[in-house]
Parts: sequence; C-alpha cells; structure tokens
Amino acid sequence: MQFKKLSSGHWLVLLVTLLLTTPIWVLVSFLFVPSNDNWTHLAGTLLPEYIANSIWLMLGVSFGTLILGIPAAWLISHYDFKFRRIFQWALLLPLAMPAYIIAYTYTGLLAFEGPVQTELRQHYGFGVSQWFPEIRSLGGAILMFSLVLYPYVYLLARGAFSSQGEAIFHVSRTLGVSPTQSFFRVALPMARPAIIAGLSLALMETLADFGTVQYFGVDTFTTGIFRTWTGLGDTKTTAQLSVLLLVFVLILMLVEYWSRNRAKYFSNFQHSKNPPSKIHLHGIKAGLAIAFLSLPILLGFVIPSGQLLYWSYHTAEQGISLHFFELIWNSFSLAFIAALVTLMLALLLAYSRRMIPHPILTPTLRIATLGYAVPGTIIAVAVMIPFTWIDNQLDAWMRDQFDISTGLLLSGTLIALIFAYSFRFLSIALQTLDSGLGQIKPSMDQSARTLGASHWSLLSRIHLPLLKSSLLIATILVFVEVLKELPTTLIMRPFNFDTLAVNAYELAADEQLADAGLPALLIVLTGIIPVIILSKLIDSKGRP
Amino acid sequence: MQSLDIEQLYACHDQDTILNGIDLHLKEGEIGCLLGPSGCGKTTLLKSIAGLHPISHGQIALGNKVISSPEIHLATEKRQIGMVFQDYALFPHMSIFDNIAFGLKKLSRKQKTERIQALLKLVGLEGMQKRYPHELSGGQQQRIALARALAPKPHILLMDEPFSGLDVELRESLAREVRAILKAEGITALMVTHNQNEAFAIADSVGVVSDGKLLQWDTPYNLYHQPHHPFIADFIGQGALITGTICSCRKVLTELGNLKTHLPFGVVSGEKISVLVRPDDILHDDDSDWKLEVVNRAFRGSHFLYTLKLPSGETVLCMSQSHHDHPIGSRIGVKLEMDHAIVFAKHK
Repeated sequence: MQFKKLSSGHWLVLLVTLLLTTPIWVLVSFLFVPSNDNWTHLAGTLLPEYIANSIWLMLGVSFGTLILGIPAAWLISHYDFKFRRIFQWALLLPLAMPAYIIAYTYTGLLAFEGPVQTELRQHYGFGVSQWFPEIRSLGGAILMFSLVLYPYVYLLARGAFSSQGEAIFHVSRTLGVSPTQSFFRVALPMARPAIIAGLSLALMETLADFGTVQYFGVDTFTTGIFRTWTGLGDTKTTAQLSVLLLVFVLILMLVEYWSRNRAKYFSNFQHSKNPPSKIHLHGIKAGLAIAFLSLPILLGFVIPSGQLLYWSYHTAEQGISLHFFELIWNSFSLAFIAALVTLMLALLLAYSRRMIPHPILTPTLRIATLGYAVPGTIIAVAVMIPFTWIDNQLDAWMRDQFDISTGLLLSGTLIALIFAYSFRFLSIALQTLDSGLGQIKPSMDQSARTLGASHWSLLSRIHLPLLKSSLLIATILVFVEVLKELPTTLIMRPFNFDTLAVNAYELAADEQLADAGLPALLIVLTGIIPVIILSKLIDSKGRP
Repeated sequence: MQSLDIEQLYACHDQDTILNGIDLHLKEGEIGCLLGPSGCGKTTLLKSIAGLHPISHGQIALGNKVISSPEIHLATEKRQIGMVFQDYALFPHMSIFDNIAFGLKKLSRKQKTERIQALLKLVGLEGMQKRYPHELSGGQQQRIALARALAPKPHILLMDEPFSGLDVELRESLAREVRAILKAEGITALMVTHNQNEAFAIADSVGVVSDGKLLQWDTPYNLYHQPHHPFIADFIGQGALITGTICSCRKVLTELGNLKTHLPFGVVSGEKISVLVRPDDILHDDDSDWKLEVVNRAFRGSHFLYTLKLPSGETVLCMSQSHHDHPIGSRIGVKLEMDHAIVFAKHK
C-alpha cells in the first residue's frame, strides 16, 4: 500500500498525540529499569493480595451488573407495563452516583452507629452487630460497584435487544421454539457482544476506582499505587505497579473493542429492523417487573441521595460557608477550563480526520484517546513523573544561568492537572463530536461548496449551527467527569487547592461523613445532567 | 405435506379491519402466491396462518386440523409451519449448520448432519455448513433461509417477499429455482409478493389481494386474460379502459368497433360499460387506413409503447416494433386484434 505524503496538518496531529501520550510511554519505559527492594518486598507481600482483590472485585461486579442489567434491558425492550417509559431513563440514574460517594452513604446507613443497626439493636438487642455484615469489606465494595455500574450493561444490552428485528423471533417460533427458549437461544447470544462490551466498561471503572476501595480498606492496585507514590515516594516501584495494572486494563480494552465490532455487525446484519411488538404486562406480572426495576434505582440512587440530602440538611448551617463557595468556584472553574481544552483537542482531531483523511490517522486517533481506559491514579502518576523531571531540569538551568529558582512550574500547578484530565477525557469529547460531524454528510459540504461557500462560510454557516449541540454536550460531559474525578485531583492538585470531590474524600476519611454530604450532593446533582442528555440522545434515535 | 383451507377469514389490527373475508384453498403440493400492493393485507394473511397474528372470524385448517379460529389458537411453535422472511432473519451468531439445525429436534447428531447435507445439496450450497451468514451473498442467504425452513419437514411453507432483498436480475431466476426445489420435494407453499413477475415465475395459482379481499384466485394466464375485477386488469399487465355500450347480449359497441364479449351479471342492453384494451390488442400497421393520433410514446428497447387518442378523447395503448419510430402528434395506422373483450360494469 502506498501512503500519500503527510501534510503539516498530519504532523500536528501526530505531535499532539505524542505529547498527550508521553506520560504513558514514560511509564512503560520503567519496565526496562531494574526493580529495587521496595518492589521485591511488595511482590512478596502485598502484590498477591492486590491481584486477588482485583480479580474478586471483577468477578463480583460482573455477576452483580449482569444480574441487574440484562433482565432490566430485556424487560424494557420487550415488554410494556405501567411506568415503563419512566423506568427506561430512571435506570440510568445510578450513573450520576460516583462509587466513592455511594460508599460513604451506605457506610453511614449500615455502620454500627448508623440508623439501621441502631434500630435493629433496639428490637433484638446487641446480638445484631454479631451477624450484621460489615459494609466496609470486599463484598460491600462489590455491592457498591454493581449498584452504580450496572447501567453500562443495561444500556448496551438494551440497545442490542431493541435492534433485534421482529423476524428473528418469528422465525424462531415457526421452527418450533417457544418464546422463553428463544430468549436463551437467540436473543441473549445475539446480544452477547454488546453485553460484554458494557461489562468491560463497568470493569474498567472498577479497576480505576480509588475512593471506594481506599475507604473500605480493600487493598487493590490503585490503593497500592497511591501508597507507594505518596508514602514511599518511590517512582520506580509506583511506575512498575502501574504498568502491571495497565496490563489488566489493556485486556479489558481489547475485549471491549472486539465485542463492539461484533455487536455492530450483529445489528447491521439485519435488513429490516422492525422492533418486535411489546408484550403487555398486567396485574401481578406488571407488579413484579416494576418491583424488580425499582430495586436498583432505589438502592443505587434514591436511598443514597436521600442520605446525602439528610446530611446536607443537618450540616447546611456550618457547611455553607465561604470555604464551600471557594470549593465550588475551584471545582467548576477547573472543570470548565479542562472541558474547553479537551474540546479544542477533540475538534483538532475530529476535523483532521474529516478534512485531511489519511490512513495514518485511524491508529493515531485511537492511541490519542486511550486515556478513557487508564485509571486516574495511573494518569496522575504518569503525568507527574515527566513533568517533575522537566521542572527540576528547568529550575536547575535557571539557577545556573540567572540564579533564579522557578520551582514547580508545571507539576505543582493546575497545568499538569488540566493536561491529565484532557488525556483521560479526550475520548468522550471526540466521540460526541464525531457523532455530530457524522450527521453532516460530506455531500452537504460538497453542495455548499458548489453553491459558492468558502471554507470559512462552510464552517460558520453549515458546521457550527449543526454542531452546536454536540459541542455543548461534549463540554458538559467532560465538565461533569472532571467534577467527579477523585484520584487524579487528589494526587496532582496544587498545595492547598481543594475541590468538591477532594473535600468529600477528606471529610469522609476523617470520619466526618455527615459533613461530606454537602459537597457529595452537589457532585451527584451535576452528575444527573449527563444522564438526562444520554436518555434524550437515545430517545431521539427513535427507539421506542 | 398438507392442504391449506381458509374460510371466511377476518383479522383486525386495533380498530382497522385488515383481512375482510378471505377464502382460499391450496391443494397438497400446490404452490400459491398472493399478489397485491403494499398494505393490502397479504403479509397479515401469512402471519395469521403462521399464528403470529390473531384472527377475529373464520378459520384456518391444515389438513383436517383447525389451527386458527376465534376459539382455537395453536401456538406458532406447535403448527409445524416453515416460514421464510423478507430479510431471511438468519441468526448471525450461528454457523450455517447451526442455523439449519435450529428447528431440528429429537434427532441424533448423525441424523442431523445427514438431513443438513441433504438440504444443502437441495439448495445447491454443499460444503457451506461451516460458514457464517455474513460470508454469504444475498442469494445464498436466501437459499439457506429456505433450507432452514424446510429442515423440520413443515406441513406448509410460507414465504414473505422472499426475493425483495435481491438484485432485480437475480429475482426471477431464483424464483424459478425455488419453484423447482419445492416441486421436487412436493411442498405445499404460499408466498406473498408485490411483484407479478416473481409471482408468475413461481406459482401454480395466484391470488390478487386488495383492501383485505381476495379478488381472484386463478392461474397467471387467466389473471391476465380474464380478470374479474378492474383492479386486477390494472394491476396485472398494462391496459386502458374505454367506454362501450351494450347492444346485444354478446356484443358491445365501442369506438374500436363491435366486440364479442361475455356480459357481467346484471347489466342490460343499452347500458354503458368499461372495456379493457391491452396494448397487444391494438397492432400498429402502416398500411391501415384507420389512423389515430400519437399523444405519448415510450421507447422500451424491443418495442415502442404508443399512447393513442381516440376521437372521443379516450386513450388506448399500442405496442409496435422497435424500428417504427413516429413522433408525438403524428397519426399512425392501427388495426384491432381482439377476439374477445373483457368488460366491467361502470362504477357509479
């Protein structure tokens, strides 16, 4: 195959990609550095536990998200009952609840001094705390993750189920197979790739989590990386531990990538996509469906939100202070700047693919958007290593030449943090822009050009109006993700710079759960916006 | 294989009546075809037979067994009906072997393999069992869908627009191929389509459906030459309706002359009626003294189709050989070659 020559635009995209991913390459290069005593110690003691805990977490979360997500998707896509349309989007609400925040609320509710155990003790005496399960445990973490991550499985499974044409089920029945058997022999296997893709996303989130496992005292890779970095200050071991976690993530990414392609082909394969007519449920059956679907919404959103509201109400008097507004200002301005920077990068990449298509762009863009799968803890560490090195070099040189100390110009400021966010959330922005640009067919460009529009007037008169909502959505999605992000911010924030997420984390860690309610509630409330956008997007695609 | 008997079938969807008193009989081994425009109810009729659509009145029987009536509804999976769908609905996650084996129960692995080999041979796709649906062309997928439907030896085979997803050039040849397969196996089959070429290529008998009614159930030849209804005259083949006046019990007077005919029931002498004139009833002849004005013309490669104006202003179609090139506005000589006129009572 002969490649066209690269233009300056291509080189710009390549350069941006290289810069964005430098931290990851630096991290991987530590594989070739001989390990030290810390590593030997770690490998002999804690590492097996990290691996075992991570695997148990993944198995448990797989079970939990599948058992909640698949039946919900099936009920919504193939049955009709009262409140179905409400459930269709309400099932996404737990996505607004970050895992570490739901962990705080259930700790507050279920701990020894919490209302549930106190109430039980009043009826049954002190024996209750003997058998009452400890929420701050591996099992508790699995439950928390399952409750907030099942929407990934639900979302993708529902998409797959509702794209399965009516004919598939009819043909199965004419071949003598009952409706129930058809679910297991046709619907489920055909949806399997989509379900696996959703599950891989949920598991990536599980591996990336830091706040929940740290709070519950379940030692995993992320807590290990955090401890080695902040406690031991050992760059080498931190990097090597990170690369090991990246291997797990990489496997999940490959599974997700492969499954998505397969899912796409399964749904494209059918020519006519008349969705099957929905089966009406009445009486007991409708009641059971409603009860089943209410369960994850109650446990994953309503109850924890209620707890946060309760805490906020009781702490509002001292909680809403100048410091609180400073937190809001810090969080919102940081998230907004990060969203804009990410959007600019995404625009550059999206338009490069459209305006100067070249075979080299496909792999380049895929690499540039790898960040979505990389846990925030790792990104933080990976960015800090080269940035600190540059800072130190610069500082030494400036001292040498001019006797001025520049200090930590990059690593100690918001620049490093914004860089890290941009890498982590670039793929969200790019995906949103790409789907927006996809609506603008190349023939529209061509007809505008034949009508005499210049490049500039094409952008301002055709693209901008059509892309407006995609640009807005991309900004909002990145904004909210940054607001929720905990480990990256925790590790990289400048000295004395607090955000809502960091504040909630620190208060919870200090056993001041009630005080964490206010910042946590604000995070959850903003988290609802993307859920609304998501459900609107799905509705507009015309799936009833 | 069994016969199919449908009596006074009515079916509704919400408030609308989709099927409006259908009577249909298909003998064992006969291939029938329902022809009609989209939305006429033909697919609903097929789904009613398959048990995928409820009926409100009448009954459907396979052999001697009633499978659908307002009181009886045998579940689709118990009817032993084979069905080929418009988009084939092959299962994309299964190999060809597993697709065909889907409806085969209570057979040993060896029996299944034998049956599938035989079916693949029947549809001319031997050695394909390990492939996946997306690796096949549209025509091959269509034949696999047929093999899958035939695998459990159904009482009757139903096909819903089975050729509509294929290239136009392929449709008729595949339709003839499918007919050969069905005839070789002696299969009773009912197909629906909106394409008359497909219908004529595959079926022994064709029924024309309009507005939920079966207007005529006949051989393709009779549908063209002896349509019972103006809708059929219009839907099958080309033609024009001109006005005629009955002058005796066997004769109708038109601008084209006195024509022999069979009168429809209930018309009386002196009454105005419609007369069907096919393009092949009027031949172009340069030597003829009878000249008509060309008002429109279409070049069809092998022939010209002229629209000619009669003195009264009504128009008829005339087919001429390809090299008889006459401009619009000119007057060309024609002669009538119709030994028997088809007439319809005028709708008031």
